Amino acid sequence: MNPAPMVALVGNPNAGKSALFNALTGARQKVGNYPGVTVERKVGRMALDDGRPLELVDLPGTYSLDPQSPDEQVTRDVLFGRQEGERTPSALVVVIDATNLDNHLRFVLQLIALGLPTVVALNMIDMAARDGLEIDVSHLSAELGVPVVATVAVRKRGLNELRDALGRAVGGGGKAIFAQEESKGISTLQREARRIAAAVTTQERQTNPWTKRVDRIALHPVIGPILLAGLMFVMFQAVYSWSKVPIEWLASLQAWLGTQAVTHLPDNILRSLLVEGVINGVGSVVAYLPQILILFFFILLLEASGYMVRAAFLMDRLMAGVGLSGRAFIPLLSSFGCAIPGIMATRSIDDPKDRLTTILIAPLMTCSARLPVYAVVIGAFIPAKKVLPGVGLQGLVLFCLYLAGIMGSMLVAALFKRTITKGGGGGFLMEMPKYQMPVWRDVALGLWQRAYLFMRRAGTVILWVTIALWALTSFPKAPDGVKQSEYSIAGRIASGIEPIVRPVGFNHALALAIIPAMAAREVAVSALQTVYSIDSGDDEKLGQERLATRLRGAWSLPTALAFLAWFVFAPQCLSTIAVIRRETNGWRWPLFALGYLFTLAWCAAGITFWTATALGL
Amino acid sequence: MRLDQLPLHQQSRIASIDWNDLSPREAQRLRELGFDDGVEIEALHRGALKGPLACRVGRMIIALRRGVAASVTVEPA
Repeated sequence: MNPAPMVALVGNPNAGKSALFNALTGARQKVGNYPGVTVERKVGRMALDDGRPLELVDLPGTYSLDPQSPDEQVTRDVLFGRQEGERTPSALVVVIDATNLDNHLRFVLQLIALGLPTVVALNMIDMAARDGLEIDVSHLSAELGVPVVATVAVRKRGLNELRDALGRAVGGGGKAIFAQEESKGISTLQREARRIAAAVTTQERQTNPWTKRVDRIALHPVIGPILLAGLMFVMFQAVYSWSKVPIEWLASLQAWLGTQAVTHLPDNILRSLLVEGVINGVGSVVAYLPQILILFFFILLLEASGYMVRAAFLMDRLMAGVGLSGRAFIPLLSSFGCAIPGIMATRSIDDPKDRLTTILIAPLMTCSARLPVYAVVIGAFIPAKKVLPGVGLQGLVLFCLYLAGIMGSMLVAALFKRTITKGGGGGFLMEMPKYQMPVWRDVALGLWQRAYLFMRRAGTVILWVTIALWALTSFPKAPDGVKQSEYSIAGRIASGIEPIVRPVGFNHALALAIIPAMAAREVAVSALQTVYSIDSGDDEKLGQERLATRLRGAWSLPTALAFLAWFVFAPQCLSTIAVIRRETNGWRWPLFALGYLFTLAWCAAGITFWTATALGL
Repeated sequence: MRLDQLPLHQQSRIASIDWNDLSPREAQRLRELGFDDGVEIEALHRGALKGPLACRVGRMIIALRRGVAASVTVEPA
């Protein structure tokens, strides 16, 4: 059977390409990766009105075909039929922003020169009308020599006409004359584009009063940063407060599954694996899904509205201080929720060295998985007294832990930019899109894709890791009177690493707790419960209180503080390491991250322990 | 006058761009974003503490650092 012809969707960033892709394919799309590069491959299926199926590939938004970034390299290779894992397109749909013809037409000219059957989607034609621009579509089509269809992707307008034009381009066009490298210089094309734009456009009045008005506040040197800080505050509040209820649901679902397994299965090794390994292990990771989704909801919203680039603008000066650009701000912000989406979001940084630096420091942002650990230790050792009116000592310590992570990351970034990721310097140069109302359908689709990717990972990598950790803590079986936690392989490994961590105040129980916590940080809490033989039982709160009492008996204050300092820096999250491996295409950088973060954690714990001991705490 | 010194909201035009002052990457990006001799330009916002600059170039709003802006010479429209 002949596969359906492939059509590539190409265009500048901010042309509304993804909205058009969603409108044409609906939910029938798959998100994956091109082999060997971290460029997202989005494919969807659509049918022409005569029933012929088409495969639509949404190429990354790029300004030209010069291979500067991985995105542009992939776009170029697909168009030239050289991309591994992709067929040569039968036709192109070039998406352009009707309010920005002078610039987008230059890319159109470059693409038409490739010789593939091409249809131009003149998108956001409603915005052009709102801006007082009138565009002569047939004149534009005549100038370019290809069909031009006016569309409004977010309102699904012009799609029938676009499908018609596409049907003719795919059907009648014959073979593509293949593709010469673009010959004309970019400036020549730019001038040609401006000439055509001027010839087909009639300007009736001033453009974009809206965007200008909003920017006067959003980019104001004083009000702008305050507004950004306020938005971030609301976002983090939401990540923690909105997620409480769904996390409880997931926890009770997990408990119910565990109970079902315990009642219906015979007590053997398989049940232990299922309950302790699969259900509890994967469950502890899936518990973060609500927070990740809420975080992504805000990020998608801010991106779709056009505010994200403004945030990058406001933060650029600060980030430049450590050698990064404003673009690094968004991934780092996401990393406060979870480093995994944060590291995935670094794909928007086009300079490879800036991107690598950002990936390496993202795990230093205090993610939500650290909170359960902090909560237990702070609750046990820091008295709940007020240091200032309205400022509690416990809250202050928590704030200091956040601050330590941020300061640490900035120092590390400054150091890396002067040594291993030196040079590059992509600077900060980007287009600020117009503000627009987010399309809820597109936000929902984006959220669904994130959830799917996250769950798929939880079902594969994390599943295997938790099974391995379960095996380490369950075997060999301890004889009566000996604690399983001490007798197991994990217990013996703990004895092995104990000499390394003893100087920084850690005892055997601590060494043991940090091993299963490699799967996910919050596992440290349940590991400590196991080590101190506390049956957490049904009432989690009661279990935590009893753990706090035990910890106070077993640890000195310097040890507790050292443990907190350790968790600020230690890379106790295999999912993060796995994501770094995927995003950097190899083991070099994840291993480097493991090494430098553990070193940092050891030093931080040591300095904390020695200082606290010297002060007689 | 250089773009980084251009007062806000003053309709201007790009007189020349010192391409040799820029890295190949920056030069390429500037070209792609529509910077060219004779194009209309207007400074819109300046980030605090010598932060970046937002300006209208043709119909687009572009954010760039002042160091890059210093390579662009402008004249009154």
